[in-house]
Amino acid sequence: MTTTVAPSTRAKKRPGDLIFAGVSWAAGVLILVALAGVAIFLTLEGAPAFHASPDAYFGASNLVAYVWPLLFGTVLAATLALLIATPLSLGVALVISHYAPRKLARSVGYAIDLLAAVPSVVYGLWGIGYLGRHLTPVYEWLEKYLGFLPFFAGPASATGKTILTAGIVLAIMAIPIITAITREVFLQTPTLHEEAALALGATRWEMIRMAVFPYARSGIVSAVMLGMGRALGETMAVAMVLSASGIITFNLISSDNPSTIAANIALQFPEATGLRVNALIASGLVLFVLTFAVNFAARAIVARGNRRS
Amino acid sequence: MKRTSFRTVAAPATAALVLGMALSGCAAGNEKSADASSSGGPKLSGTLNGAGSSAQEAAQGAWTSGFQTTNSGATVNYDPVGSSGGREQFLSGGVDFAGSDSALTTDELASSKKTCNGETALEVPAYISPVALVYNLDGVDKLQLSAKTAADIFNGKIKTWDDAAIKAENPDAKLPSDRIVPVHRSDGSGTTDNLTQWLSKAGEGAWTSEPGGDWPLKGGEGAEGTSGVIEAVKSGKGTIGYADHSQAGDLSVASIKVGDAYVAPSAEGATKVVDLSPKATGRAANDMAIDIDRTTTEPGAYPLTLASYVIACPTYADKNKADLVKGYLTYLLGTDGQAAAAKTAGSAPLPSKLGGDAVAIADQITAK
Repeated sequence: MTTTVAPSTRAKKRPGDLIFAGVSWAAGVLILVALAGVAIFLTLEGAPAFHASPDAYFGASNLVAYVWPLLFGTVLAATLALLIATPLSLGVALVISHYAPRKLARSVGYAIDLLAAVPSVVYGLWGIGYLGRHLTPVYEWLEKYLGFLPFFAGPASATGKTILTAGIVLAIMAIPIITAITREVFLQTPTLHEEAALALGATRWEMIRMAVFPYARSGIVSAVMLGMGRALGETMAVAMVLSASGIITFNLISSDNPSTIAANIALQFPEATGLRVNALIASGLVLFVLTFAVNFAARAIVARGNRRS
Repeated sequence: MKRTSFRTVAAPATAALVLGMALSGCAAGNEKSADASSSGGPKLSGTLNGAGSSAQEAAQGAWTSGFQTTNSGATVNYDPVGSSGGREQFLSGGVDFAGSDSALTTDELASSKKTCNGETALEVPAYISPVALVYNLDGVDKLQLSAKTAADIFNGKIKTWDDAAIKAENPDAKLPSDRIVPVHRSDGSGTTDNLTQWLSKAGEGAWTSEPGGDWPLKGGEGAEGTSGVIEAVKSGKGTIGYADHSQAGDLSVASIKVGDAYVAPSAEGATKVVDLSPKATGRAANDMAIDIDRTTTEPGAYPLTLASYVIACPTYADKNKADLVKGYLTYLLGTDGQAAAAKTAGSAPLPSKLGGDAVAIADQITAK
């Protein structure tokens, strides 16, 4: 029995292939280099602030005491924003992909995408000029009837510039991002799965639960993570809307609110000198690490879910 | 007949349109005019860069357009990054002059020797503006407050509008029993610095925190920028805040106690208090840092005033740059410049003797 050795088949590398591969690799490496550059800058510039005098921390005793309330505020604002935005975005995306007639779905899609085009400064102006003013009676109502909850202990802010208002503004800024991605993911659901579910007698909602959501789970998590990235890092809108006072509290409707890291940097940087600038950059590093950690955790959850299924 | 489909025309047409708009945008601006070696001639040319106090932004805009109208080849750029940012950029040589709400510290003066070819930088007051206590209270048009009462309001000791201390100073006003909401600046600001200096010096011990650009107390309503404070006071009921008088708009403004009388914020009051305030001690002859007298009892003076400085080098390596800085500074410190700023930005003009001294210092700027 003769074994014929197959002639070595190396794919013919044409110049176009090499160029394309090279450009793609270069783009990928460039992104990683930029990310590494940012991380290195944050670490190097923030390092002098790790052990400095309380004057560098705007009066706090050390870096942890300075950054911890800001971190709390950032997470609180982002959580409020996502709690409001996620159900709304998923609902809108489902309507666009599965419920609405084609023409209506397209116009709703355009309107949502328009929300993403509004600059964040405009959201800030709208927040202080309109939303805050109109939410004040709502906060007074909440204090009156739900004041026993620590969230609404009051006293209600007279100007409406609270962390709940900031959370609502952030939610409106995150909705177009989450909606755009989940809409595309929902539209990618294999039609055969959907038709099979319907053929078995499922109602439309049951079909969505059985065929669309399991398929779209990793996409939904990606979308929510991107929306959360925007909510965590949003600077101008929060700086303008929030009446910040640096204390840690769960009271959502009073004038005393924790500030967020990004808004604090925007407010303090113009007048900061010397080690204070380093302290602000160190707080930026904390935000960077937080975003990294949350994205990591989300990916791990999705991977575990995929492995199980 | 071959018909051109709309799609084959649309894409290139849009691309051409966008390209045309982008290129036309590049045409204007950023023209570096040729450096004319006009020694002291009436028409200066070149680019002058400054940065610093955001309080001076409107005034610098008026001065820039006034100077550029007279000297058509000159371009002046002012970046309102904030006083500290401006001072840092000036000391590192990034800008030719800085605007600052507070004078240079001794450390900064020492490092200015490196920037300014061995001499310390010169400082002249350029922008004076009264800081008004704005409030929003229905039915109360006139409010009179002493520094002590104001300090107790801003540190939360006085909680309602019909408190005995406020009633004592306003016997005729119909004060409701609403809660007082004091609004402060959440960003670092020269306006906060001047308010806390006044509260601390004239407040008879009611204000115990160290005066500075950052609001020292925790809690209370914070707003970003002068416009943020005005917006917050406008939209809340029973709010009281502090902001540059020129931005107060139609909000009610309180009068403050000076001696035995109550003085409303005005340009004349601001000019008066700067006129009678002494210069800061231990400074060079070309450093006109002023120690505003917060406890003055002169009738008509308004001690809650912000004085903002322009910082420059007494000598420059490049002759054209020296001429530009000298021309710009003598313009903005002179009567024309101060009148333009008063009209556009609502500031108070420099008192005549102070203005004369400042122009004399600016006139001495030469090339190395």
